[in-house]
Amino acid sequence: MATLELSGLTKRFGGLLVVDSLDLTVAEGEIVSLIGPNGAGKTTVFNLISGVFAPDEGDILLDGSSIVGLPRHEIARRGVARTFQTLRVFLNMTVAENVIAAEYASGKVGAVRSFFGTPAARAEAARMRAVAEERLRFFGERLIGYRLDQPAYSLSYANRRRLEIARAMATGAGLLLLDEPAAGMNPAETQEITRLIGELRDDAGYTILVIEHDMHVVEGISDRVVALDHGVKIAEGSFEDVAADPAVIEAYLGTGGAATK
Amino acid sequence: MPEIGTDRWVAEFESRRVRREGPWGRLVDWTSRHWLGLFVVAAVVYPFVIGGDFGIRVGVNALLLAMLAIGLNVVVGYTGLLDLGYVAYYGLGAYGYAFLASEQFGIHLPTLLVVGVVALAVFGIGLVLGQPARRLVGDYLAILTLFFLQVFVELALNLDRLDLPFVDGPVSITGGPNGIAGVDPMEIFGFRFGQVRDYYFLLLVLVVLLIVGVTNLARSRTGIGWRAIREDTLAAEHMTIPSGRLKVLAYAFGAAVAAVSGTVFAAVQLGVFPQNFTVALLIVVYAALVLGGEGSVPGALVGALIIAMVPELLRTPAGARLLFYGGLAVAALTLVKPRRRLLVVVPGIVATGLAVRSLVTALWPDLVDVEAAGMVDRWVVRFVPSADVVVSVLFIVTIAVVLGIVAVRRRGAKDALVVVGVYLLVLVWENRLVEEPSITRQLLFGALLVVLMVARPHGLLGRPRVEVV
Repeated sequence: MATLELSGLTKRFGGLLVVDSLDLTVAEGEIVSLIGPNGAGKTTVFNLISGVFAPDEGDILLDGSSIVGLPRHEIARRGVARTFQTLRVFLNMTVAENVIAAEYASGKVGAVRSFFGTPAARAEAARMRAVAEERLRFFGERLIGYRLDQPAYSLSYANRRRLEIARAMATGAGLLLLDEPAAGMNPAETQEITRLIGELRDDAGYTILVIEHDMHVVEGISDRVVALDHGVKIAEGSFEDVAADPAVIEAYLGTGGAATK
Repeated sequence: MPEIGTDRWVAEFESRRVRREGPWGRLVDWTSRHWLGLFVVAAVVYPFVIGGDFGIRVGVNALLLAMLAIGLNVVVGYTGLLDLGYVAYYGLGAYGYAFLASEQFGIHLPTLLVVGVVALAVFGIGLVLGQPARRLVGDYLAILTLFFLQVFVELALNLDRLDLPFVDGPVSITGGPNGIAGVDPMEIFGFRFGQVRDYYFLLLVLVVLLIVGVTNLARSRTGIGWRAIREDTLAAEHMTIPSGRLKVLAYAFGAAVAAVSGTVFAAVQLGVFPQNFTVALLIVVYAALVLGGEGSVPGALVGALIIAMVPELLRTPAGARLLFYGGLAVAALTLVKPRRRLLVVVPGIVATGLAVRSLVTALWPDLVDVEAAGMVDRWVVRFVPSADVVVSVLFIVTIAVVLGIVAVRRRGAKDALVVVGVYLLVLVWENRLVEEPSITRQLLFGALLVVLMVARPHGLLGRPRVEVV
């Protein structure tokens, strides 16, 4: 459904080189994990792909065509959906509305017909709600039933993370960028989300690029792991290879002086 | 391994659910479901109950304000665009109607055509002038749109002696400070609008149509997109919502709604004048929206009705008195908690009054006006006119006590201050304010707004917004 190709991607904030000529490919149906210490530039890579910032150099190809410079909603429309490390659900809207909002591109009825409440407008609203419910059902019964019409601010942290994933799915995109999907979750929930990310690919057919700090999750889901440090790719390969890579260990733990216990 | 997606809370929802109980709860539920029907019934009955032309004119103003507030709600309440130029589109609508249906240019087009043309034209202007909303947010957009309003007012004031090529002598377009008088009354399907009542019912139809339409829009992808933009523009864009286009659409939609109400305003007033479309009106529209609750259609309606009608109620001493004591009762109800403490507070107020009256009568009999014989006068001290200074001092004391009520936290002290405060308020009211309705009106209205906004910062029918959790 989707392939992503970053070539020579570079981004500077002022004089600071945040992402340094990064090459990265995500093949269709693959789950690639992006790891690295805080400040390594992982989220910036997501921001570059999804159009928050324009890269200073390099290109981003989605299914072979460049998406650099496109407006954000157009990038999403072409098939890149994302979640946020610092949650950005629409707090004062209901759970269902959050997901319906992301179905915007699938709608065809304009404002005039909606204003007069024509049968087409009603049918579309009903269809969008049904789709929203279906997307939310991916997480079992956690976000359906009475929760559909609860404001999103009433949700627990973990449920907000799930809602963000459901919202990303509802855009109809084939590529999901998940920014720390397991952050703030307890071990049982982490285990669950690990399994669900696997299902996102196996059953729903998504291509996934994920940032994650929890190495159990990374180990459980990744086809391939890419390690970043200071904006530079320092290792790439299977989880076992990357975890054993001296450069990665150095980036996480530092060198020199013996670790004190 | 646990089952995926099981959730104890969802499973137990029915057993944990708290419903509104009792007759009051059922009434609240019923009202919130049938508010539009209730409004229509009340609005249809209103002109027949109120009788006179003046009352209906107040109703017309209220409905015009309701249209403006509901239109502004789409721009500010849903999409979150702080549009301070909103009233300019009301003016454009009114002037547009005057241009196409008066002797100004000798054009007299059919009403429906004029309204349609004006609405579309102003919608188009809104699309153009709304472009900055794509990039500007918050105060930046506010200042820019305020400038639009100022430009409109300046144009309306000064386009009365324009030198045009190939035309002899200066041409007057807007009529300058004198505006355009002698605007045609409306005429729809052969029915000529003669009385204010005709316009009242036309506006009622328009308001109901607008409410239904905006409610429909709010449920559509457009409306949900608008609200998503207000919540988090960046996240909305990542969810495929074209924020720029939708912002401009909301802005132009609001402009068109304002323009339509402007056309009716011009017709009902039989003229348009620059001073009708100033910042003062803008503040009134915003007051209605904020009071009712941003983002709520019934809220905008209720807010507009209160803002338009309460000051009129305050014009007569009887109406003002009703409102004063009503407000006082509501304030006491909100301040004294738990409610059963009222069993102490209310007798306390009564006893205070009787005690103070007998004390003052015994100590300074010259100051007390014994002629006053109303029911309240037997309880509260009525001072003779020469004791003006005493009342003025008490006025200041009253303000101090009221501030004390807000500041004090301890239950007992607060209740004691409420007792003293309510008594003093009644005393000052009966001695002074009721005699000076023009001052009282503004004062009381202001106090009412302050109390309402303190009690419900999110507006009467708005929902409290949660920004960060």
